[in-house]
Amino acid sequence: MSRHTLSVLVENKPGVLARVSALFSRRGFNIDSLAVGPTEHDDISRMTIVVNVEELPLEQVTKQLNKLVNVLKIVELDPAQSVQRELTLIKVKADADSRSHVLELVQLFRARCIDVASDAVTIEVTGTPDKLEAFVKVLEPFGIKELVQSGMVAIGRGARSITDRSLRALDRTA
Amino acid sequence: MTERMTGAQSLVRALEHMEVDTVFGIPGGAILPAYDPLYDSTKVRHVLVRHEQGAGHAAEGYAQATGRVGVCMATSGPGATNLVTPIADAYMDSVPIVAITGQVASAAIGTDAFQEADISGITMPITKHNFLIIDPADIPRTIMEAFHIASTGRPGPVLVDISKDALQAETTFSWPPTMQLPGYRPVTRPHSKQIREAAKLIAEARRPVLYVGGGVHKARASAELLQLAELTNIPVVTTLMARGTFPDSHPQHMGMPGMHGSVSAVGALQQSDLIVGLGVRFDDRVTGHLSSFAPRAKVVHADIDPAEISKNRHADVPIVGDCKEVIGDLVATIEASGERGDYADWWTVLRGYKATYPLGYDTFEDGSLAPQYVMERLSAIAGPDTYYVAGVGQHQMWASQFIGYEKPGTFINSGGLGTMGFAVPAAMGAKMGRPDATVWAIDGDGCFQMTNQELATCALEGVPVKIAVINNGNLGMVRQWQTLFYDERYSNTDLQTTRRIPDFVKLAEAYGCVGLRCERPEDVDATIEKAMEINDVPVVVDFVVHQDAMVWPMVAAGTSNDDIKVARDMAPKWENEDE
Repeated sequence: MSRHTLSVLVENKPGVLARVSALFSRRGFNIDSLAVGPTEHDDISRMTIVVNVEELPLEQVTKQLNKLVNVLKIVELDPAQSVQRELTLIKVKADADSRSHVLELVQLFRARCIDVASDAVTIEVTGTPDKLEAFVKVLEPFGIKELVQSGMVAIGRGARSITDRSLRALDRTA
Repeated sequence: MTERMTGAQSLVRALEHMEVDTVFGIPGGAILPAYDPLYDSTKVRHVLVRHEQGAGHAAEGYAQATGRVGVCMATSGPGATNLVTPIADAYMDSVPIVAITGQVASAAIGTDAFQEADISGITMPITKHNFLIIDPADIPRTIMEAFHIASTGRPGPVLVDISKDALQAETTFSWPPTMQLPGYRPVTRPHSKQIREAAKLIAEARRPVLYVGGGVHKARASAELLQLAELTNIPVVTTLMARGTFPDSHPQHMGMPGMHGSVSAVGALQQSDLIVGLGVRFDDRVTGHLSSFAPRAKVVHADIDPAEISKNRHADVPIVGDCKEVIGDLVATIEASGERGDYADWWTVLRGYKATYPLGYDTFEDGSLAPQYVMERLSAIAGPDTYYVAGVGQHQMWASQFIGYEKPGTFINSGGLGTMGFAVPAAMGAKMGRPDATVWAIDGDGCFQMTNQELATCALEGVPVKIAVINNGNLGMVRQWQTLFYDERYSNTDLQTTRRIPDFVKLAEAYGCVGLRCERPEDVDATIEKAMEINDVPVVVDFVVHQDAMVWPMVAAGTSNDDIKVARDMAPKWENEDE
C-alpha cells in the first residue's frame, strides 16, 4: 500500500462531496484525508483526497471518479513535485511552570500560539503530516486536552496550473 | 421563443421536444401537477401501470427494443422507492432510461414530510447521474441533460427528482436550452495506435476468440462484428447480454460463455491465447474463478467505459471507444495490412468441442414436459423475428441456450442485477416500442408472481404480449443449487404452483387475457400455435414442466471454468494444445 494525493476539480454544486465520498466507500476504498474548498473560480471546488492503496486500485478509483458527471479533472500530485500541508489546532496543558517550555517548542516548530489561558495554550501549526506528527509527540508529555486537524491540501510546484484547462471547459458551456 | 407556463407544463413540453412518445408511470401527491398537463399532451402517451416497478422495467423493455430512451414517472416517497429495483437493473445492464419523480415541496425537504424520501441520495450509487430540481427554470435544460447522459457514452439510468413547488410555479420556457455538462465527455473514437496493436496481436495469435458483450449491440455494431469475424475467421462467443448480436446459426458461433455456457464457448475462452473482448466487462458469471480464467490468453479489451478496462482482468491492449468505431477501425486496419492469422489447428479443436459436447437435455419417461423442449419449439414456431423477454433463473438460461437468436437485440433479459419479475413489464415495454413485432415473455412461476399485475395494464392498454410461464412449481434455480450443493434439502423453494395455487389460466382470464395450459410434449406445438394466432389480447400459457429439469452445463460458483460440468459429475475432456 502507498499513499496517493489526488487533486479533484469538481463543479461547485450541492451534493458533489456526497457523490465523491460515497463512491470511495462503495468501491471499498478508505480515505485517509479529504479537504474541500473553493478555488480561484466561483464555479469550481477543489478536493484534495489522500488514499492509501495499491497502484491498480488507484487507477480504478480514478477512472470511477472520472465517470462522475460533476467531476471536471483529476490530477495525482507527486509529493516531490508539490507542496502538501495540513493544519492542526492543539490545546495543550500549560501552567506558569511549563508554559515557557511549550512556547519554546512552538518556536522550534514554527507554530503559533493563538490563545492563552491560565492553565492551557492553544497552538496552530501547519506542515506536512510528518512534521505535525512529530510536533504532537513532543507536546504529549505536557498533556494534550484537545486536538483538531484539517485534511491535507496540496498544490503543484512551478508555474503550471491544473485549473486552467478546466476553466476553459466551463466557459464553453456557460 | 419564450413562453410563460408552469414548471409542470415546461416538463411536458420538454418531454415532447425530446420526442418521447410513451411514459410509464403512476400519479401521486407530489407528481400530481405534472399529470395535469400530461393529460392534454397529444404527443406523449402515458401508460398507467399497476406498480412503479412495472413502470421502470417497462421503460427498460421499451429502451432495449427501440434503442431509444425509456421513460418512467412516479411520485415521491414510496412511488420513487418502488423504482429503485428497475433503476438498479438498468444501471447494471447499461439501459438508457430517464426516471422522473415528484418530490415534496422544497421548503419541506429534509423535514421527514409525508411521502418524503431522499431519492436522489438513495439512487446515487445506481444511476449514471441524477438531479434534484427546485427551480422551475432548470426543468427544460435538466431534462435535455438527463436524456443526453442516459443515451450517450455507456448508456444508463438517470433520475430527475422535481419538487412539487417547482412543478407548480410559473416559469418561462424556451427550447432548445443549452446543456451545462462540463465534466461529461465520453470518449467514442478509439486510439489508432491501440487499434494497430490489437490487429498485430490478432495476426500473431494461434487460438484467438472474439468475446462479444452487450456493448456491441448497444453500439449497433452487429454488421461490423460479422465483417470482422468473417474477415479474420476467429470464433465468436456471445454473452447473455449479446445473444443475437452474432447469428447463432453462423458456423463461427461457439455459443454463450459463462456459468451456464456451452462447452465450446467456455472451452474456446479457456484454451485461447488471445481474447478480443468487445463491449464486455469480464463479469464473474463469465470468468468463473478469475485467476484461472483463460490463463494463457493475452487480452485486447475494447469498451466505451474506461473504468471497465483492466477492472477484473488485465488488458494487454486497452481500447477506449464506441464498439462500432472500434470494430470498424479493426476491420479497416486488418484489411489494409493483408495479414491473416493461421487458425486451422484451433478450428479442429473447437469443432471437436462443438461435435462432442452439444447442448442437450434429459427427457422424462413419465411423459411430463421438459422445459428445454418448450424453448426449442417456441424458437421454431415464433422464429427469429420475435422478441424474447426473460425473467431470471432456470427459464432464463434455457431461453438463452435453446432459442436460436439470429438478430441483434431480440433477447431481452435482466443480466447483471438478476431481477426476478423483469419479464412481464419489460415485455410490455418492448411490445409498446415495437407494436408490429411478436413479443414472447418467458417467465418462471416464481418470477411471474412478482410482477404479473401488469397483465391488467397490457389488457387495458391493448398490448398483446404472449407469456410462457415455465411452471415447475419451484424457485427452480435455487432448487437446482440445493440439489447440487445443499444435499437436496429444499428449504423454501417449493412454490406449489403445480397445485394450481394460483391457477395461472384463471389468473390470466381474471386479468382479461387468454389463458392456456400445456402439460404434455405432444401438445406443445398446438398450444404455441394457438397463442400465436391470438393478437388482440395478451396470452398466458402455463407450461407445466418437470421440477427436476436442470440447467447444464454448469460452472459452480467460485470454481474454475476448467471444471465445467456438462451434466452432474460429467466433465468434458480438454485438449491442452501446448502441453
